[in-house]
Amino acid sequence: MEELINVVDWSRAQFALTAIYHWLFVPLTLGLGIIVAVMETIYYKTKSEKWLATTKFWMTIFGVNFAIGVATGIILEFEFGTNWSNYSWFVGDIFGAPLAVEGILAFFMESTFIAVMFFGWKKVSPKFHLAATWLTAIGASLSALWILVANAWMQYPTGCEFNPATMRNEMTSFAAVALSPMAISKFFHTVLSAWALGGVFVCGVCGWMMLKKRNYEHCQRSLKVGAWVGVIGIVLTMITGDTSAVTVAKYQPMKLAAMEGLYKGDHGQSIVAFGILNPSKQAFDEQDPYLFDISIPYGLSFLATHDFNAFVPGVEDIINGVSCDNEGNEINTVSYAERMERGRQLKEMLSQYNAAINSGNTLMQDSLKSVINADFKNFGYAYLDKPEEAIPNIPLTFYTFHFMVTVGGYLMLFLLLALLFAYKPEILNKAKWAKWWYILAIITIPLTYLCSASGWIVAEVGRQPWTIQDLMPNKVAISDLSAGYVQVTFWIFAVVFTALLIADIGIICKQISKKSQTNLDTVND
Amino acid sequence: MSEQPDHNKQGFWSRVFHLYYDGFRSMTVGKTLWLIIGIKLFIFFVIIKMIFFPNFLSSKCDTEQEKTEYVRHQLVDR
Ligand code: HEM
Repeated sequence: MEELINVVDWSRAQFALTAIYHWLFVPLTLGLGIIVAVMETIYYKTKSEKWLATTKFWMTIFGVNFAIGVATGIILEFEFGTNWSNYSWFVGDIFGAPLAVEGILAFFMESTFIAVMFFGWKKVSPKFHLAATWLTAIGASLSALWILVANAWMQYPTGCEFNPATMRNEMTSFAAVALSPMAISKFFHTVLSAWALGGVFVCGVCGWMMLKKRNYEHCQRSLKVGAWVGVIGIVLTMITGDTSAVTVAKYQPMKLAAMEGLYKGDHGQSIVAFGILNPSKQAFDEQDPYLFDISIPYGLSFLATHDFNAFVPGVEDIINGVSCDNEGNEINTVSYAERMERGRQLKEMLSQYNAAINSGNTLMQDSLKSVINADFKNFGYAYLDKPEEAIPNIPLTFYTFHFMVTVGGYLMLFLLLALLFAYKPEILNKAKWAKWWYILAIITIPLTYLCSASGWIVAEVGRQPWTIQDLMPNKVAISDLSAGYVQVTFWIFAVVFTALLIADIGIICKQISKKSQTNLDTVND
Repeated sequence: MSEQPDHNKQGFWSRVFHLYYDGFRSMTVGKTLWLIIGIKLFIFFVIIKMIFFPNFLSSKCDTEQEKTEYVRHQLVDR
């Protein structure tokens, strides 16, 4: 058992490492893709060489990040097949279909349009080139869509039916999978937060150039587009963050409770604006969950349900089966102990199903299949040893959620000011503190990356111990491997991805430094 | 500006070919990037995938039926 836990921990660490590294490359591709497309549109309309030079500058940075990041996500698919083989089999075609669409789409859109974008300046008409740039940006977002659909399904499995004969989930409705509320909120929150990140990136790079007193005019042009995309991105990130919270409250109430360190819920529940958790707090003890907190009355009820008085269940309520109905009332549903019992019955039926296959009893198989499917949402609880096992890591979920939201608030302020300075540069020109603003802009880049990674930590740590919410915990999803084997590959990935990241940052910085010393008001090549 | 042959007068496939061919030839930073992409894909697909990431079920079972049995056994007995 200890060995199994060790394998689970190492496999999770490995997945987290590779997913976070992968995610360091993706948001800049998504955000900068849109920014470059907007810049080229301005060039197309104005025919100004200055805008062409600016577009080409950012396109180079986009290209470097894209080239180094491309295919880093494929590692996650390797891990599914090797480390998470029970899970890979169990999800059946639900993961396969969206990822196949992604593969084909990404290949055709990205390989053709990116080639036109970089090689086609003098070979295709300006209109066609502009279309290729937009299609590259849209194609990148679309390929993110499918992996996010797959991820959303793991958080809220829908549109499928379990077939005990094949031990796989089979898709019953592609639309239900692709358009589930979880998939929609995840897609928009993720992609729009990448716009904010792209905007911040442009502001930070321009901040550096302005600090070095290089290419002032180019920076002014870049800032106008970067700050606009950033502001639109951050406003929509906040709106979709709110939608995400409502979706999480509905489908993953345990995650919401962990995000807030809420053990016992209430009507008109307050939200913690700032808090320090009591590290020794355990579910069902009488200790205060917070050592210190500043809370906003009614805030969590409103965030979770858009109703100030609605009941929001805490960790202990959820374990006891206390929940909230659509009208915001407190209701009693099934406790986790009961769900564990039902799960065990389902597992027993699965074993009977096996016997029915061996004896060729098809009638028995049919009746067992329909009973299993009717209560399948409790299946994963069969594997829990105690209800408390279903509580995620509360401190990690709590702090990363609060970090994301706090940085989100800061980014709103930062990007609005960046927009103001883009249109009224004289404010900065006259200010003695301008230097500090530029430095702040540079620091905001890594801060936004951390914020974005925190979002993923909230989403993924907050749903533990489930690989598939309610259906399959990690310890069942995992392959029968040795922990030592997984450790070796963990370290290989740590080295390879760190090298890639260093190459990415190194080449981007070199390009920025080199190009910023040329005149970016004219086209040099 | 360097002399550019007018590929617009050529057929579609020839223009596509020249888009890639000329593009690759005139790359600067792109050459380093392609080298990194090449090394990366080699490490990912040849070293990492082939040596460390075989498909676990395929390495244990030959047929789909055997895979089903294996996973059923894993889920029922765990
Ligand atoms: C300020 C208000 C914000 C709120 C209320 C908010 C809310 C949320 C929630 C509830 C989740 C979890 C969704 C899930 O588990 O399905 C989440 C995830 C995430 N957030 Fe935020 N967020 C905010 C700001 C930001 C900012 C500023 C960024 C990045 C710049 C960001 C990036 C992410 C990412 C990448 C994820 C993971 C993908 C996902 O699950 O949607 N968020 N956010």
